[in-house]
Amino acid sequence: MSSLVVKNLAIEFGGVKAVDDVSFEVEQGETFAIIGPNGAGKSTIFNLISRIYEPSAGSIHYGEKNLLDVAPHRVIDTGIARTFQNIDLFEQATVLQNLLVGRHRRMSQNILRDFVFFAGCRAREREHRRKVEDVIDLMEIAHYRDQLISDLPYGARKNVELARALCAEPTLLLLDEPASGLNQEETDDVSFWLNDIKHDLGVTIVMVEHDMGLVGRVADRVLAINNGKFLSLGTPEEVRNDAAVQQAYLGTAA
Amino acid sequence: MQVIFKTSYNQDINILSKTGQYIRVTLLVLAMLTAPLYLDVYYLSELGMLLVYVVAGVGLMILTGFTGQVSFGHAAFLGIGAYCHSILMSMGVPFFVSLPATALFSGLVGMLLGRSASKMHGFYLAVATLAFLIIVETLIGEWTDVTGGYAGFSVPELEIFGFYFVEMWQQYYVDLGVTLFVLWGTANLLRSPSGRAFLAVRDSELSARSLGVNIEWVKIQSFGISAAVTGVAGVLLAHHLLYLSPETFGVLESLKLLLMIVVGGLGSILGAVFGAIFVSLLPVALSILRDVLPDEISQQAGLEPMLFGFIIVIFVVFEPDGISGRWRKLLHFFETFPYYRKASFVRQKSYLKTERMR
Amino acid sequence: MLPIDDVFRLTLIGISQGCAYGLVALGFVLIYKATEVVNFAHGDFMMFGGFAVLTFSESFGLGFWPSLLCACIAMGAAGFLVDALIMRRIIGQSQASVFILTVAFGFILRSAAGMIWGWNPVSIDTPFDNEVTIANVTIGAERLAIIAATVVLCTALYLFFSRSRLGIAMQASAQNQLAAYYMGIPVRRQVSLVWALAAAIATIAGAFMAPITQLDTNTGFIGIKALAGAIVGGFGSIPGTLLGCLLIGVIEPFADYFFPSIKGVSAYIVMLVVLFIRPEGLIVQTYMKKV
Repeated sequence: MSSLVVKNLAIEFGGVKAVDDVSFEVEQGETFAIIGPNGAGKSTIFNLISRIYEPSAGSIHYGEKNLLDVAPHRVIDTGIARTFQNIDLFEQATVLQNLLVGRHRRMSQNILRDFVFFAGCRAREREHRRKVEDVIDLMEIAHYRDQLISDLPYGARKNVELARALCAEPTLLLLDEPASGLNQEETDDVSFWLNDIKHDLGVTIVMVEHDMGLVGRVADRVLAINNGKFLSLGTPEEVRNDAAVQQAYLGTAA
Repeated sequence: MQVIFKTSYNQDINILSKTGQYIRVTLLVLAMLTAPLYLDVYYLSELGMLLVYVVAGVGLMILTGFTGQVSFGHAAFLGIGAYCHSILMSMGVPFFVSLPATALFSGLVGMLLGRSASKMHGFYLAVATLAFLIIVETLIGEWTDVTGGYAGFSVPELEIFGFYFVEMWQQYYVDLGVTLFVLWGTANLLRSPSGRAFLAVRDSELSARSLGVNIEWVKIQSFGISAAVTGVAGVLLAHHLLYLSPETFGVLESLKLLLMIVVGGLGSILGAVFGAIFVSLLPVALSILRDVLPDEISQQAGLEPMLFGFIIVIFVVFEPDGISGRWRKLLHFFETFPYYRKASFVRQKSYLKTERMR
Repeated sequence: MLPIDDVFRLTLIGISQGCAYGLVALGFVLIYKATEVVNFAHGDFMMFGGFAVLTFSESFGLGFWPSLLCACIAMGAAGFLVDALIMRRIIGQSQASVFILTVAFGFILRSAAGMIWGWNPVSIDTPFDNEVTIANVTIGAERLAIIAATVVLCTALYLFFSRSRLGIAMQASAQNQLAAYYMGIPVRRQVSLVWALAAAIATIAGAFMAPITQLDTNTGFIGIKALAGAIVGGFGSIPGTLLGCLLIGVIEPFADYFFPSIKGVSAYIVMLVVLFIRPEGLIVQTYMKKV
């Protein structure tokens, strides 16, 4: 069953076609990777899905929902959570606060009730805290719990960002370069987590990634694009051996 | 070093989690409650004024310190609160109806301003709020029939349930009660989704939106609650001033509020409290300074604003975390004694955050 | 209805007033483009510059033009130092702190000016104290001088930024500090130079404004109106800024004429209305953040 369906997607920035007529479908429960050289339009596709950009043509459906009808802050209500290429956390808040913002859409919010911390507020905090702790256990970030993000090292921030997305209990996770800037050991951790998330939580994953080793280990299918255009789609092995992909990465064979 | 073993989620939810905090706050509140016993009328009224500024500072802190929206016009809400309440009281509305009504009115005006400000950012907002302040000031001055115009408006006596609170200690307890309520409420905000949404909007609108935070609505809410709290401060202020005139709520007052939270330390309730103490002590320090300095300088009219200016420069350049940041470091020093190192608080290298790319 | 001569006169006054705002706003925009700092003390720089001209012409007995030049150099040096000594240290701090810091400069400058030159309004002797009659309308030459000064200064700035090596380097560092730095442009000195340039322009504005409004320590508050004008036009582009300032300048005398009770606040009302409809101003200059 397809969950995410992208059809003939296109967007222009001042005459440059950053994404040009790209179509793909993501099956529920699979790990789907998008690869391509720098500037191929991978992140732009993510930004289109999370409604940061408005496409100039094409459609995006997730399940029953037409995403183009959804306001940017409502995208998460359809079950889509994401991370960012250049980690985008709430710098002056603690890890715990960051993760609890991840629960935001599931918490009933009324500013006047919050102001007097009316009956039920404490119970609500405790209940969501429990959910957050599950994610903290999964991502093994317990010892950072009370630290400010601005005091964390890079690798920890990456984990916290992924954890924050998980706190929203998404059904589809958009990961923008989950392994960029990580060393080999940390990248291995990421591949374990991705498998855990997929198998234990049943979350569909779409990721943009440069590290072909990681893609080969976790991805079920791979979409390759270049200059905003479709190149190839298939298993990691098929895409790796595709002539067009090799040409895009390595240049024309001599 | 104090290591806290957490055994319950409640420990993180409670406002005062550390024993030290608990003791300090309890002692402070006790001292405040018994203040009328050992302070004479003059100091009591100064203390009451300090509490008024704590409330006003917390009001601005909610907007600027927590939500990251800089307002140069918060004195307008102080004015709206003071005038609205005085007018209602003079029409015979009881205090306990007038106070919430004023908070509501001020909050609604704030939400209206927030509605138009929610799409602006950075200094556009600062200048827009400044313009709002100037317009409100002019409006109060020109609307003579209701506000008394530039001639001023005399504040009715503080009357609650038919009892006149003319004694200073009675008024002081009203101030204290309202202040404690506001502080408690703001601390409550910070431990609930509303407050976290404020922080989220302050630190990254992009992520906040992707996590389902409705940025525009959060800003409107923040403006509303901040204006309501500042309006309440205006109510208390009115009873201290006894006589209102539009110039009282001008640009200088706004800047004083902003100075308070910057010097106190942006982004914490403690900062607003420290800031209020600071501006209350400033005139005292100034009079001491006047005695020390030679006459040619001390008699100059511009000494006070100049000192104002230099204090801000010194704080922003050398202690951006304000007094509350210094306080945290001090506490840390004692808790970890003798292991405190300068490196315990290395300022993170910060880079220019561009605003043009949003 | 207003007689046509009055309309013409008010319009002319409005244009010259708009140009005056524009002159002040130029400094705001220059510094903003280079550092993304809005210097709320810019109006006070202008006031201080005006007083500096006064000092050079009276105490040193120089004529108007030599005093203007000297004052520009002195204020330019002061602007350079403000950036080099203070602003450079606080890069990356929260906006609220930076705003309040520049506001604090304003306090210091105002107090200092009051202590040095006194608190009463003074006037500067300028070559433009006669009156000019155009098509039945008599108007002070100082108002026309402001228009001329704005045109000359804008042309000069345009040529400077598009033709001179230094100007192009400044533009480069404003657009991408890191890239400019890698290309061997001394970005930090460049930014300080922008501050110097802005302070010098403020001095010129102060000198040309002085005959109209007289000079006292509160002259600097005109900066807020200039800021309003710049925002109406959409901050960040010089043509937009001038457009907005002219708009505000022309609307103001008419609004004051028809609604005397809200004298002085029409500029802010115009600004709030424009911002309500177009939150980014008339000419938009921001882009989406890359994610």
